[in-house]
Amino acid sequence: MNSRLGLAALGVLALAAVLASAPSAALAQKSGGTLRIYHRDNLPSASIHEEATISTVMPFMGVFNNLVLYDQAKKLNSDATIVPDLAESWSWDATRTKLTFKLRQGVKWHDGKPFTAKDVQCTWNRLTGKDPDEFRKNPRQVWWQNLKEVSVNGDYEATFHLNRPQSSFLSMFASGYTPVNPCHVSTKEMRINPIGTGPFKFAEFRRGESLRFVRNPDYWKKGLPYLDAIEWRVIENRSTRILAFIADEFDLTFVADVSIPLLKDVRSQAPKAVCEVAPQYVSSNLIINPSAAPFNDPKIRRAMALAIDRKTMIDILSQGKSDMSGVMLPPPEGNWGMPPELLRKLPGYSGDVAKNRAEARKIMESLGYGPKKTLKVKVSTRNIPIYRDPAVLLIDQLKQIYIEGELEVIDTSIWHAKVTRKEFSVGMNLTGVPVDDPDVNLYENYSCNSERNLTQYCNKEVDKLIDQQSQEPDREKRKKLVWEIERRLAEDLARPIIYYDRAATCWQPRVKGFVLHHNSIYNNWRFENVWLDR
Amino acid sequence: MNGKEAIDVSGYLIRRFFLMLVTLFGISVVIFVMLRLVPGNITDIIFDSAGFVNPKQKQRIERELGLDQPIVTQYARWIGGLARGDLGYAYVSEKPAIQEIAPRIPVSAKLAALALVFSTLFGVTLGVLSAVRQDTTLDYVLRIVSLSGLSLPSFWLGLLILMACVQWFGWIPIYRSTPESFWKELGLLALPAAAVGFRSSALVMRLTRSSMLEVLRQDYVRTARAKGASETAVNYRHALANALLPVVTIVGIEAAFLIGGLIVTETVFNIPGVARFLVEAIRWRDYPIVQNLVMFIALVVVLVNFIVDMLYMVLDPRIKFGN
Repeated sequence: MNSRLGLAALGVLALAAVLASAPSAALAQKSGGTLRIYHRDNLPSASIHEEATISTVMPFMGVFNNLVLYDQAKKLNSDATIVPDLAESWSWDATRTKLTFKLRQGVKWHDGKPFTAKDVQCTWNRLTGKDPDEFRKNPRQVWWQNLKEVSVNGDYEATFHLNRPQSSFLSMFASGYTPVNPCHVSTKEMRINPIGTGPFKFAEFRRGESLRFVRNPDYWKKGLPYLDAIEWRVIENRSTRILAFIADEFDLTFVADVSIPLLKDVRSQAPKAVCEVAPQYVSSNLIINPSAAPFNDPKIRRAMALAIDRKTMIDILSQGKSDMSGVMLPPPEGNWGMPPELLRKLPGYSGDVAKNRAEARKIMESLGYGPKKTLKVKVSTRNIPIYRDPAVLLIDQLKQIYIEGELEVIDTSIWHAKVTRKEFSVGMNLTGVPVDDPDVNLYENYSCNSERNLTQYCNKEVDKLIDQQSQEPDREKRKKLVWEIERRLAEDLARPIIYYDRAATCWQPRVKGFVLHHNSIYNNWRFENVWLDR
Repeated sequence: MNGKEAIDVSGYLIRRFFLMLVTLFGISVVIFVMLRLVPGNITDIIFDSAGFVNPKQKQRIERELGLDQPIVTQYARWIGGLARGDLGYAYVSEKPAIQEIAPRIPVSAKLAALALVFSTLFGVTLGVLSAVRQDTTLDYVLRIVSLSGLSLPSFWLGLLILMACVQWFGWIPIYRSTPESFWKELGLLALPAAAVGFRSSALVMRLTRSSMLEVLRQDYVRTARAKGASETAVNYRHALANALLPVVTIVGIEAAFLIGGLIVTETVFNIPGVARFLVEAIRWRDYPIVQNLVMFIALVVVLVNFIVDMLYMVLDPRIKFGN
């Protein structure tokens, strides 16, 4: 009896505690207000599917919903943090080649039309080039190369049919790059006046000036979003925008806009600001044109790999904060990166720079180069400091192995055009990876048939391994395959990664409910849980 | 003005009008050709943000935008549209070019006018002071000020102003949204106008000083003094009026050069004007925006030159345009 009474008392106490805490938690979030963010540049268009830049994703992700999404409240994206969005649930068939999404009912597009499975089908038909109104450009078509077709069953069920099993297929749906588009709005209109089902409606875009999004009063998540509006102002001059943030003109900086050296200024002049340093999953990488002599000789490419002193570059450029890594983002934030002991075995990663360079010089001497006969090369890069600075350091490091580099600064707007036309020998490039997943990174940047494989590196064996890891359901086995691919890529000097950069994102302490993701910059801009404590 | 003079002036005006048309035609050809000589076009840039180039899709966009047409056809289409008042569509925003350009013109015009007023007011006043107090401490100080005005880049001065405002007042004078009243706008544009006008005010100051010094040594000034005219009357009524002619010329030239200064100042102070927009459009190879904006700026410069020429006649009645 006593124990029963005790349990009852505990139950009452627990209930009281829940009742006491629940209203306060609910009351804690304040509705209203405008979140003010600065934008670093002029975005190319409002169509997330057609762009491959955070400049579009960050402001426009809040206009849309995905089928599933990385949990906005968790810092690290992984399969375990994928949560339902427009899909209430999902299931695989026994062969793991059919993925069925049960869709949410009663959801409306911002123009009042109902959201149905046809919209899902239409979005992926556009992504795979099967819709007559195809995207003007389709940078992530390779993500969906394993997708055979999308079928619908009524208005609220869509099934994705795959050619073969693909372990991380779902993760691609969870990226900020994968919103569901309305079928009844043309791709052209989506570039100018996008319509979504998301928490914010697109209100205005004044090119080079500002963007405005207003609360969607009919949002299907009742009570959300908390903010009345989000206002972006484009400030291209970095000094001006950082000063404006310090002067409290903005609530949030553009993601990763505060470099490590700048962070000191922000912390000293705006001590109350919350600043988080996180990896961006954006790598500085070396691109070598394998069809341009003498770089068609693998020996020269190996010598170059051995000449790179990654630690010095990281120390100079980010005060030691960036990460030395292979192709995948390294731990602890990265889910798939090589452990340090394996990384050190890759060419150029051992840490003994003097020994590596001695070996590199021997290779160069065997090819007829030496102090009196240097190899002259143009190191091409975009005319942007984050590209230029490592390129300058690279030129200095290559001097150590008889390679005399000359910096060739390319007008930033024609950089990719030149690289695609292979009008370069050696270049310094930056690559962002939207999802911390091997399929996304490896297919996009290293597979033979990807349009975004800038150096057109093609190794059929590596392609086979990429397919193999993609189908492997066992995570540990898959990791080992990924590391084997990493090893092969490092040996082939396929776009070697110099480092993965880290930078800070800052916000004023009144911004609540915002969680910065630490293994991607592309997936946490829904803003529906963000509120202002004014 | 008698009948013959009136005929001379109208003849002059007609000649100037045709000269303006020829100048504008020349500029239209030069800007059109130059833009197409710059490597890359909008399709390269559209694909740049996607991180790859798909030649087939690129060709399709070029076809849609008419960039696959011969250059003469493209030029004829542009000029034909311009004559009808149709500026075409911006490549990037896919909106009518006029909608993109028109709202930015008043912003830059106000900033430029304010900068010009600033440079003329300060330049002429301080130049006169410097000349009439030649070789005094005030003259030395003003000469140092004018030298620093010529040597300080306006972007650096702009940044210094911003940093000082944040440091001392916790406020940053950048453009956020369209100001609610004239006075608020004036307050917001005053600092950028000072930053951009500082250089030209220094130039005007130096020129006014040297021109004044030259005039002050003329016989008619000495005569005025001998006749017992007050210093103020000598300096301002007799000397300044005659020293202003070269100053007007330089102010006219500076008005044209101001566009260059505005590019930097509009960027630093984040002002949504035409100068910054023009640079952005050039970067994007947004031909309809660049071509039409350059034509607009050319028209303004030509008109300013014309106004300056007319001012000569007002300032110095001896100048006759008919001859």
